[in-house]
Amino acid sequence: MGSLALYFRLIGASVRSQMQYRVSFLMLSLAAFMHTSVELAAVWALFARFRTLRGWRLPEVALFFGIITIALAVGDAFARCFDILPRLIRSGEFDRMLIRPRSVALQLVGHELTLFRVGRASVGLAVLLWAAAALGVHWTAARVALLVTAILGGVCLFSGLWVLQATLSFWTTEGLEIMNAFTYGGCETAQYPLAIYRPWFRKFFTFVVPLACVSYFPGLAILGRHDTALGSPDWFGWVSPAIGLVFLLAALRVWRFGIRHYTSTGS
Amino acid sequence: MPQIIVENLVKTFRVAQRRAGVLGAIAGLARRRHKTVKALDGVSLAVEEGELLGYIGPNGAGKSTTVKILSGILVPDSGRVEVLGRTPWKRRVETVSRIGVVFGQRTQLWWDLPVVESFELLRDIYRVRSADYRRTRDELVGLLDLDPLLDTPVRQLSLGQRMRCDLAAALLHSPRILYLDEPTIGLDAVSKLAVRDFLRRLNRDRGVTIILTTHDMDDIEALCRRVIVIHEGGIYLDGTLEGLRARVSRERRLTVDLARENGQVSDPDAEVIFRDPRRVTLAFDPQRVAPAELIARIAARHEIRDLFVENPPIEEIVARLYQGAGQ
Amino acid sequence: MRPYLAILSARARVLLQYRAAAAAGFACQWFWGLIRMMIFQAFYQNAGASAPMNIQQVVSYVWLGQALLLLIPLRVDGDMAEKIRSGNIAYELLRPIDLYAHWYARAVADRIAPAALRAAPMLAVATLAGWLKWTSPAATAACAVALVAATLLSAAVSVLVSITMFQTVSGVGINSAILAVTFLLSGIIIPLPLFPDWLQPVLNWLPFRGLMDVPFRLFTGHIPVSQLPGQLAGQLAWTLAIGLAGRWLLGRSVRKLVIQGG
Repeated sequence: MGSLALYFRLIGASVRSQMQYRVSFLMLSLAAFMHTSVELAAVWALFARFRTLRGWRLPEVALFFGIITIALAVGDAFARCFDILPRLIRSGEFDRMLIRPRSVALQLVGHELTLFRVGRASVGLAVLLWAAAALGVHWTAARVALLVTAILGGVCLFSGLWVLQATLSFWTTEGLEIMNAFTYGGCETAQYPLAIYRPWFRKFFTFVVPLACVSYFPGLAILGRHDTALGSPDWFGWVSPAIGLVFLLAALRVWRFGIRHYTSTGS
Repeated sequence: MPQIIVENLVKTFRVAQRRAGVLGAIAGLARRRHKTVKALDGVSLAVEEGELLGYIGPNGAGKSTTVKILSGILVPDSGRVEVLGRTPWKRRVETVSRIGVVFGQRTQLWWDLPVVESFELLRDIYRVRSADYRRTRDELVGLLDLDPLLDTPVRQLSLGQRMRCDLAAALLHSPRILYLDEPTIGLDAVSKLAVRDFLRRLNRDRGVTIILTTHDMDDIEALCRRVIVIHEGGIYLDGTLEGLRARVSRERRLTVDLARENGQVSDPDAEVIFRDPRRVTLAFDPQRVAPAELIARIAARHEIRDLFVENPPIEEIVARLYQGAGQ
Repeated sequence: MRPYLAILSARARVLLQYRAAAAAGFACQWFWGLIRMMIFQAFYQNAGASAPMNIQQVVSYVWLGQALLLLIPLRVDGDMAEKIRSGNIAYELLRPIDLYAHWYARAVADRIAPAALRAAPMLAVATLAGWLKWTSPAATAACAVALVAATLLSAAVSVLVSITMFQTVSGVGINSAILAVTFLLSGIIIPLPLFPDWLQPVLNWLPFRGLMDVPFRLFTGHIPVSQLPGQLAGQLAWTLAIGLAGRWLLGRSVRKLVIQGG
């Protein structure tokens, strides 16, 4: 069976397994929903008091919020096993994957599609839909397509970050939370338009961890605004989500190097 | 041409050391000390197709390291390994598609799904053709009596049932070589016998090469003609079970059940190692006094109701072997 | 008293083992603080003087929050959840000490050791960077006292939330949800005074302000030192109430467990 078909077979098994614990799934989804709602409540409260954020209005910020929140939730569901790699190594599950004649990365993403992330995703979607209505933007097919690719680019970016974290875990199991600064921290950052942050921060999240490429620039393009912060051309936002994919592919390269290290040092 | 060739395998590990106490923990924040452990120190062996061999040794001797290298998931520091004509860690996918591995303490089945779904997923992972899969599956289900279990979620199976399913799962892709790590651990007597019987038939009828790593000496006794003993990273012994016994001790044991209570049973050429009002066990060297001679001597002085002669338990032999190897 | 001190010490030792983890956690929080600080600064650019706190107080508040984040109940106690789920909790019930006191001691240790480890470098960096403005020794002392009470309150909340896991099979999800709300209402995400005016009375009546909001506002002078006794009384009263609720709930849960056979 080909790799793509096998992926769907494997996550099918994962979904069936998770559905056996329906109550647990609902409770965890509720928790994720609450956590994301709390983040949303913070944004709302600040806008209730301050009205604008350096010229940005709440519906515009809501667009950014929605895009990155959905991207993180889907990425989190998809790349979960990279996140928990140390646990899989300890339990011997990872060695089992090496003993099977398939790509280890494929087996890792196929091992679990964490369904309860839908709690976060649903908040993101609700916010996105509200923003879409409240913005008064003319939703052409192109704009909708850009929205979707931005989210997909975000999924690739976050997945790439977890792949890098997993690769790091081959060398040390401690200190991996640093990645949370870029994944969950990155999500929190990108909930607001990147223009509001300091210059060096913006540059970091454009050139090192290309967060802006999957949220800020596409968002600008959808809103029809010019980039006054970094001065990028107006067309850039239409293609920048692809950089998320490039990031993921680069991360997978590094991952292969990590596996080589793992097999030569054992666990 | 042997199926598995291992020459001069060397493998060392670096292990970080933790220090005790609160002060040690704070000191550990600054610098870490490392210890180098030599897991394998020049191991060489060769396995022909269709062999059923036992690979034993004390914990930490290097057994699982060897198996990991043979499976291609660990790269040695130096040495040559060929499994089915390939270097395992260089041709991982090709090697692992032709071997099966069973870990006694961990299952490879999907915990919450019915057994048959795990089989089907493995079929897809190993790219087994549908017709071949159905045939192999039906054979294994028949041999291991899995029919009533197929629709049961793995988490509801008993340990013995799960091990039988794991055995089948490891063989669905018809591997030529099977590695088993503690397959009978924790199993009840009936399940152990079933597993041993299955492995014996698998090896005899299908010619599958089996390498068995275990601490259960009854497994070894029941299944293996050839035994390799590894100790502190080196091969200590590579031969038959009888050779192993002879190497450690020629000792044999005579147990006598008496007709009347008697505490006086003894013999100058034998040592009493167990005494009961009605039963006595004597240990003796058959080269010093022949078993028949010893029996005759005791029968002449006491009324015997029953007797039997046996070897010392294999556990004792192996324990003595490990102790001897340490010197 | 000695068994509880032993528990504290053992816990501290475990938590100190992970040095890279400590460094990574520090880096993470430094990052978080930076993000939140920049967000508030951006909002304040258009705010003018109408906000209930000035930007300097908000920034200090943010960095105090990052420094002392580990004091508040953040996550469900994974050990506890696992023990309850697997039934190993039975072993805890067999020990000859007061169960609630044992868990409370553990909760306090789980807060103090990591928080102390994280706070020192965090406060140093924030002060050196000019983000954290120290007002007066009196304010600092008042804050310290309030933090002690906050730790006691936090431990009580944490234990109560953990005990509710006895009640349901999938308690972890509900607990996580409760903790998220606790998080928001403690002020760690947004200083409580910045919430809409109509929410202020509600926030003042809830126990969670005692976790972060009260100590931090004492530090920045937003709450005058003279009000310390009143605030302290509020924190301790809530600690007592939640502690007693926890004890009662634990008693009920244990009885139920023993009757059902676990």
